[in-house]
Amino acid sequence: MKVTFPHMGHMWICLAAMLEYLGVEVVVPPPTSKRTLTLGARHAPEFACLPLKLNLGNFIEAAERGADTILMAGGCGPCRFGYYAQVEHAILEDLGYNYRLVVMEPPQRHVGELLSKIKYITGHSSWWEVIRGIRFGYQKARMVDELERQAHYLRPRESHRGSTDKAFQRALQEIIPVKHPRDLPKAAERARKIMAQVAIKPRPVLRVGIVGEIFTLLEPFANHDLERKLGYLGVQADRSIYLSEWINDHLFLGLVRGLRSRREACRAAPPYLNHFVGGHGQETVGSTVIYARQGYDGVIQLLPFTCMPEIVAHSVLPGLSNELDIPTLTITVDEQSGEAGLVTRLEAFVDLLARKRGVVV
Amino acid sequence: MTLKVGIPRALLYYYYLPLWRTFFEALGLEVVISRPTTKTILEAGLQNSGDDVCLPVRLAFGHVLDLKDRVDVLFLPRLVSIARREYICPKFLGFPDMVRHGISGLPPLIDPNLNLYHRDSPYPFFFALGRNFTSNRLAIYLAYRRAVHTQARYVQLLEKGLFPEQALAVLYQGVAEGREPGGGGPAVAVIGHPYNIYDPYISMNLLSRLARNGVRVCSADNLPETLVREQAARLPKHLFWSLGQRMIGAAWHYLQSPDVDGIIHVASFACGPDSLTGELISREVRRRGKPFLNLTLDEHSAEAGVVTRLEAFLDMMERRQFLPAGESVQ
Ligand code: SF4
Repeated sequence: MKVTFPHMGHMWICLAAMLEYLGVEVVVPPPTSKRTLTLGARHAPEFACLPLKLNLGNFIEAAERGADTILMAGGCGPCRFGYYAQVEHAILEDLGYNYRLVVMEPPQRHVGELLSKIKYITGHSSWWEVIRGIRFGYQKARMVDELERQAHYLRPRESHRGSTDKAFQRALQEIIPVKHPRDLPKAAERARKIMAQVAIKPRPVLRVGIVGEIFTLLEPFANHDLERKLGYLGVQADRSIYLSEWINDHLFLGLVRGLRSRREACRAAPPYLNHFVGGHGQETVGSTVIYARQGYDGVIQLLPFTCMPEIVAHSVLPGLSNELDIPTLTITVDEQSGEAGLVTRLEAFVDLLARKRGVVV
Repeated sequence: MTLKVGIPRALLYYYYLPLWRTFFEALGLEVVISRPTTKTILEAGLQNSGDDVCLPVRLAFGHVLDLKDRVDVLFLPRLVSIARREYICPKFLGFPDMVRHGISGLPPLIDPNLNLYHRDSPYPFFFALGRNFTSNRLAIYLAYRRAVHTQARYVQLLEKGLFPEQALAVLYQGVAEGREPGGGGPAVAVIGHPYNIYDPYISMNLLSRLARNGVRVCSADNLPETLVREQAARLPKHLFWSLGQRMIGAAWHYLQSPDVDGIIHVASFACGPDSLTGELISREVRRRGKPFLNLTLDEHSAEAGVVTRLEAFLDMMERRQFLPAGESVQ
């Protein structure tokens, strides 16, 4: 069995860590690229949203490298994500790929359901090992998130353009190859040191929160590297959901204490959005309210074209933005969306924020 | 003066009007329904809703605007779930909020949650709804009973082969039940959301156009719920969209039915659920080789284009009668 999974930002690092720790052979799809998108878009339904198309491309490219089993998450609606796996599988079948499909549905009752799926893949591992494997993967996710947060802080302040990104990549290279939990703390130390060496200059920065659909938020290919672009424009970005928070909310049912969770975000959404609407629609609205309260300069909403929960969120954002006096910018991505237009819009938005704050960035 | 409650002729109007209308009338309210869709109504909707919102929801905005100044309260239930472990579409869950933030100067909204995700009885919904107008619990209960009864008759009429407008005419205008028997032409199943296929303006008179061409038309709503669900249960995973269930179940049934010669799938441009259910349906139809037409509606669809495609489809079905069985024409 050679297991693959869709890309979503740095998620592969923690999934590969967990599976390999449990002795599973893993085929990480090649990094999502133009080719991935072309392959996916050619075979996916026209109005499927971007994540489905990219997933599909990942699976086709992974099959070229010998993968035969797909591991992915599912859901129970109302957003389309819950039926992705089945539709993707049907398309792959018609294309002649014989993939085995293992879908981790969000645990309805208890985390045990999740464990047993993972156990199915690993075959012989004991429960105890499986739990250790999950913990290992999760620790890596926490570490990657920590490094990303630092990168967000450093980028707008770095003395030499590009030094943060170089450091970040090197720091990741410390974390990725670690094969055993006992080696992680040392690697983490090395990674932190690398980040600490980035030289910075004190200068005024703007703070912008990024909200929206989770895949677009986490996958730099899908959002045209939004966080880096913002950094270079003098903006310290904060993402409303990081990988480890998403894992905790959706796979561990919020069992890990002390993490930012979707519950606060949802609580902050009324009176603008009084009900959940699937996906992260309510979190998008709630997080925007929270960013406004925390004095952020602006909020950017990211969504794939036709994403239903985010369209609902988008339709209440203008009113919210007025009442709470926080500028918002909505960016819709699909296979046609070009880089140039995005840069222009970002620059205009950042200009507006800077003028409002009375700073020069 | 009796209180006027407005019901938009949009979204699940074609499923639930008898239920809602009877309930309100039994409580002594006057029900005002928005006028049939026109260019003006659609345009008002387009202007007052976001660009990236789908046509059916933008149209529903138009119907809300049509009612806005003519009623005392607006009935915009938040349809979270109409069946166990199922939803409709995220936009239905957010619709009252979208309207509230998108249109100013509205009369009070009555927007109780209808959520049957974990339960079977819609009574709590009707109870909460009734409490807006009366404190008499018995009156609410009796109104509910009557509403359920009328709805059951409505469903019976649909299962006899009537379409919603015809069935509503029987219920409310005393029209006789008979349905004009279609011509001797081919039979076509039209699969699509009720707010798309039954709205003559939006569908560009699809149903009557087919009937005028001698085609016998049927839809998912002419099939009993149990049959539709049995068919949909053949999917690899329970489909969590109620409307999708109906479309897939009906498509599967009509695909196997020797009395049905072709299938037309009607989708909204950029509709999320349609993009997946439509994909599953068209893949299955291709495997079985029945004539198939996929129509996508948006505010820019030109009538001429639809007519041409429809004619080509009907021609193809006619030609196909001379082909050896099982040959696939796309
Ligand atoms: S199901 Fe599709 S067409 Fe209907 S409201 Fe939802 S997104 Fe729009």
